[in-house]
Amino acid sequence: MSTEYNGYITTERIDGASDGPLAGKTVAVKDNISTEGVRTTCGSAMLDDYVPPFDATVVERLKDAGATIPGKTNMDEFGMGTTTETSAFGPTENPVAEGHVPGGSSGGSAAVVAAGDADVALGTDTGGSVRAPAAFCGVVGIKPTYGLVSRYGIVAYANSLEQVGPIAPTVEEAAELLEVIAGPDERDATTRDATEENGEGAYDYAAAADGDVDGLDIGVPTELLDGADERVTAVFWDAIDELESRGASYHEVDLESLRRAVEAYYVIAMSEASSNLARFDGVRYGQSGGYDGNWNETFARAREEGFGEEVKSRVLLGTYALSAGYHDKYYKKAQDARAWIKRDINDALEGADVLASPTMPVPPMEMGESLDDPLTMYLADANTTPVNLANVPAISVPAGETDGGLPVGLQLVGPAFGEKAIIRAGSALA
Amino acid sequence: MSDTENAVEPEEVRHVAQLARIDLDDEEVDRFTDKFADILGYFETLDEVPEVDEEEELANVMRPDEVRDSLPQEEALDNAPESEDGYFKGPNVS
Repeated sequence: MSTEYNGYITTERIDGASDGPLAGKTVAVKDNISTEGVRTTCGSAMLDDYVPPFDATVVERLKDAGATIPGKTNMDEFGMGTTTETSAFGPTENPVAEGHVPGGSSGGSAAVVAAGDADVALGTDTGGSVRAPAAFCGVVGIKPTYGLVSRYGIVAYANSLEQVGPIAPTVEEAAELLEVIAGPDERDATTRDATEENGEGAYDYAAAADGDVDGLDIGVPTELLDGADERVTAVFWDAIDELESRGASYHEVDLESLRRAVEAYYVIAMSEASSNLARFDGVRYGQSGGYDGNWNETFARAREEGFGEEVKSRVLLGTYALSAGYHDKYYKKAQDARAWIKRDINDALEGADVLASPTMPVPPMEMGESLDDPLTMYLADANTTPVNLANVPAISVPAGETDGGLPVGLQLVGPAFGEKAIIRAGSALA
Repeated sequence: MSDTENAVEPEEVRHVAQLARIDLDDEEVDRFTDKFADILGYFETLDEVPEVDEEEELANVMRPDEVRDSLPQEEALDNAPESEDGYFKGPNVS
């Protein structure tokens, strides 16, 4: 198994059932998804030797479907990053663009699929963490509607935003994987049954990948193109031309609220992270460091040692945003922005079948380029975060390459439980 | 970007770090002080967001309160570096 680009943290093989829709397929699993008896580190030194005593629901479903899990993939620590450079196990390199990042935080999952070291993979998407690496590695990634896929057994980062999603070489293969993992779970009360929305056959996603975009009406939010790199927008418009030549049409839409999505996303995600990561104190979970003495000081020293820079930064900023005197200024305002974005996206989808934009406003960064400037890295999430705030589904499909040969992804956004619409539209391109 | 002053004091960073139970050395406090001024300054743009009525259709989701098998004690202790008589053994804390 090729590891020169550091795609896997653990390469312990997990065998599934002898038959099923995924029999004979390898499905790599991001390392924040619990696997019984196989260590699950979240890319953190804190959980270096943590071995879950149970499987996440999505892992159970993979095994029941006959999949073989070849290993656990590298990721930004606790899912916090856009480049897969903040892992305690070292950065992952983009296997199709040497010297560049694979995108994050599910960069390992996208990289092993792009390199052919797994047939397909699972990632998690809190603010774009499936779509960003899919775009940067030239593969397909789907962020499902919130509630379509169980989060039971996923190590929580920001519960109100995150979903497990498939990464695959083609839209059809991503849809097949989504079919296996989707559906209600009695152990996750935030899951919903898609058949209540869409009736019989609600989960037949692979059949929707028929490439038929004749009559498709595409809305293009101008806000998601304004700040994008010209090399990216050129490829984006070529892809829209391709869809038009196959019978689709597009119109531009103005969604002013999307300009505030990055700030709202980070305030909410950091706030939820500050609460979720409280359990990693060296007693309940994580490395203790072996300190004795004052309870709070002991915890603080364990957390200082176990967490990396980006995790500390987000936990501290989240604590700040929720602290007395700042709650109304940051957290409440972010929730207002979330409601505004949700309303704008839903309104736009009343007048269009799907919304389209570049997945990432920039091509894959060079390794090391963005780590010193967190704000620049956060701004790269401008096009993906609105989807998580609105709880709707989105797909990233390869749209082509820049003149310099760097992959560019096209993002298609659909209404809640409208996975078939984005799968159908995306399958016209990949 | 907001044009308001967003100076973050090192003491604020230390206070938040204490609330979050993360020990920071002096160098980290300086680094986070600068970084937080930038990021919190950027978050100030949320002041422009209008109030929006949310019409969430929320429903409580309950499952029957039934007794189920739990994790066997031995497996529950598997991740503990130290245990004694079936209990977790932690550091001496006060």
